[in-house]
Amino acid sequence: MRLLMNRLFLMFSTLAALVGLFFLGWILYTLCAKGLAGLSLHVFTHDLIEGGLRNVIVGQIMMSAVATLIGIPVGIMAGIYLQEYGGNSKLTEFIRDLSDVMMSAPSIVVGTFVYAIVVIPTGHTSGWAGVLALFILMVPIIVRTTDDMLKLVPVELREAGIAIGASKYHVTMNIVIRYAKAGILTGVLLAFARVVGETAPLLYTSGSSEFWSTDLTDTFPSLTVSIYNLATMPDEEMVQLGWTGAFLLTAMVLVVNLIGRYASNEKRR
Amino acid sequence: MELIFKKLSQLSAGLLFVILAATTAVLYLSAKPAIEAFGIGFLVETRWGVEEQLLVDGTTEKLDVVESVTLDDLDDEGFIDDDEDFVTDDDEELDGSGTREVYGALVPIVGTLFSTLIAMLFSIPIAMGIAVFLSEIAASSIAKPVGVAIELLASIPSIIYGMWGLFYFGPFIAGIFGGNTVSLLVAGLVLAIMVIPFMAALSRDAISTVPDMLKESAYAMGATKLEVIKDVVFPYAKSGIIGSIILSFGRAMGETMAVAFVIGGIYQFAGKVTDPTNSIPVVLANSFAESSGLSLSVLFYLALILFILSFIVIGVAKFYFLRRK
Repeated sequence: MRLLMNRLFLMFSTLAALVGLFFLGWILYTLCAKGLAGLSLHVFTHDLIEGGLRNVIVGQIMMSAVATLIGIPVGIMAGIYLQEYGGNSKLTEFIRDLSDVMMSAPSIVVGTFVYAIVVIPTGHTSGWAGVLALFILMVPIIVRTTDDMLKLVPVELREAGIAIGASKYHVTMNIVIRYAKAGILTGVLLAFARVVGETAPLLYTSGSSEFWSTDLTDTFPSLTVSIYNLATMPDEEMVQLGWTGAFLLTAMVLVVNLIGRYASNEKRR
Repeated sequence: MELIFKKLSQLSAGLLFVILAATTAVLYLSAKPAIEAFGIGFLVETRWGVEEQLLVDGTTEKLDVVESVTLDDLDDEGFIDDDEDFVTDDDEELDGSGTREVYGALVPIVGTLFSTLIAMLFSIPIAMGIAVFLSEIAASSIAKPVGVAIELLASIPSIIYGMWGLFYFGPFIAGIFGGNTVSLLVAGLVLAIMVIPFMAALSRDAISTVPDMLKESAYAMGATKLEVIKDVVFPYAKSGIIGSIILSFGRAMGETMAVAFVIGGIYQFAGKVTDPTNSIPVVLANSFAESSGLSLSVLFYLALILFILSFIVIGVAKFYFLRRK
């Protein structure tokens, strides 16, 4: 009886794993089949208005990249504060908890916040509003990884630096950060991968545009928002373009993820 | 230099607090007109964008002929509002004819909770199965690549799940259970599939913290795998697993894009699980751009409710189950 139960349980677990993997495989299969069907050079050389995706891909990457560029110093500095300056005070714990809570806050709420503080006062959607929303989403992720990575730096290294007369700034920048570099890089890449696929916070902050634009002060082309718009159109061709966009978006996210993983594996060796 | 560096790091840490405080404050201030107009009753009001007559004595009476939907007759068709109907100008709130628009959050709140519960119902057993399979059953030559695949799947943008749900999964489910291709059930199941990799990866991590020694002692006493997992692994990893479930719950609750495609987006209770309904994030996603005045304030009220709900859920997960050392 015990052995029978055991067999049943193991079968159930394996079955559950297979069911889960089946659906996830189905999604990937659909994505590849539909996405590859519409993939051509035309997609990369023309803007949305001409049936391509060039402007929205560039727009999405640009917004995410700018958000990352602002997010890296802020996130890493806040992480440094938590580990190097904050000590074990209540305040440090509090900020750490806040950061964790922000990391899991619904992204649409961040969108509504940015809408209220940027879009309503300026009267229109803009690339900067999108950048701000993505920035708010990614900073807590970078803080968390920096915090975790700096924690792994042996305290002896810091002490050795201080002992030879280096200032705290020098110890942090030249010893601690250098030691934790690969881990932080992974965190940054994963944070980028996370925000580059975001749709909800961009819906009414950046909006999306059918035309080429690199002007962040105006409504800005977004790949994810465009996918949402295209997929809900009645026109078959538009839906097809949406699938192509979805495929490219997923490919981009997965590639950045893999690079991030590779970077952290390199470090462990 | 030293000082500047320190100040900068303090400033960055402070910024986190400022953002969170500002979010709460801005949402509250933007929601204030709606909070004042509808009060806490907003949470249990079922109508959305319905004209209501203001009577002389200050009480209100509904103009519409449709039956009022109460909690007791969820099965009724209730009322259907087309998206265009709730786009209003703020001056319509109290115009000369003595009517005003009534908004209530009960439909999206119920839709959010039920779609999340459906998602949990299906994702918990499957995610636990995957976690157990990866950590206790599969040989490491299988567990490693599958584990990495699961983690990668957890990073797929949610809009992909929504799109797949709309074009493939929705019709598939409707083919089995009948009903619409967009419905509460489809939304719940798409959410389930979306959170499975996330939940499985977190639970596997929790399970992998169980010391081998404990498991080996149990095996040495003749325990079967089931008994080891049930009596040793789960109790040891319990708080981590519960934490992963609650975090997944929070994630599913605040999810917008995976649900926006498949829930239907209409202000009506789902009498059957195969009926379309609405959820808070989807209301926000669909009607923000075309709202102004009171109807916009109402949306901020909804956002505030969602924010607080997710705050509570995440707080419970973090502080009771996943305390970091």
